Amino acid sequence: MYDALAAPARRAILDVLTARDHQSLFEITTRLLGDHDISLTRQAISQHLAVLEEAGLVSSRREGRTRLHSLDTRPLRAIARRWPDKEPE
Amino acid sequence: MIRIHLASVFVTDQTKALDFYTRVLGLEPRQDIDMGDGNRWLTVGNPGDPSMELLLEPAGHPAVAPFREALVEDGIPAAQLAVDDLEAEHERLVGLGATFVQPPTDFGPVVVAVIDDTVGNLIQLAQMKG
Repeated sequence: MYDALAAPARRAILDVLTARDHQSLFEITTRLLGDHDISLTRQAISQHLAVLEEAGLVSSRREGRTRLHSLDTRPLRAIARRWPDKEPE
Repeated sequence: MIRIHLASVFVTDQTKALDFYTRVLGLEPRQDIDMGDGNRWLTVGNPGDPSMELLLEPAGHPAVAPFREALVEDGIPAAQLAVDDLEAEHERLVGLGATFVQPPTDFGPVVVAVIDDTVGNLIQLAQMKG
C-alpha cells in the first residue's frame, strides 16, 4: 500500500475517485486533466489503477460492458492504527 | 470548402438504433434505404437542419466487435452530441429508461455525460457553457 501511495499520479487518481464512485477509465482520464491538470496516457492510468487495485485502494466492477472504478479507503485505516493521532495537550 | 456531411456509428441492431436515436434522443429520421442482406442505409439528422447526417451502420464486419468492446470497457464514447440543458436531458432520458455510464459532470467550459445507446456504443452528451 505504501508503494501504491508513493507515486504522485496514483495519489491524484485517488483524489479523482473521491468525486464519486463507479468511474470509467475515460472519466478518470478526463477528470485528471480537467480537475488536476494532469495529462497521462490511457495505458499509464490503466497501470496505475492496477497497482491501486492490487493494494486494495481501488475496487472495480463491470456495469454492463464498462469497467467502473471506486475508491476503497479501508486499507488507509492501517496507517491511523499504526500512528494514532495524538490529542492536543 | 470541405465540411462534415456524414459521420457514422456502428450499431448492433438498426431497428433498435433508429428507435433510440429518434424516439429517445430526439433526432430526425432521414434516409432509410434497403441495401440487401437485411442491411439498410439508415441515417438520422438534427431536427430542422438538413446539413449533417449520422449513419447508423451495421456492425457486421469482424473488426467492429473487438474494437468497440475495448472502447466500451474503458468508457470511451463513439460520438458526441450537443445539448442545450444537460440536467434537463438527463432527467428526461432517465425517465425514458436510458442508462447513463456517467451522470452530468462539470468540467469548466463544458458539462458532459455519457449514455449507453443500447446498440453497442457509448455516446457523450455535451453542454457548452457561455
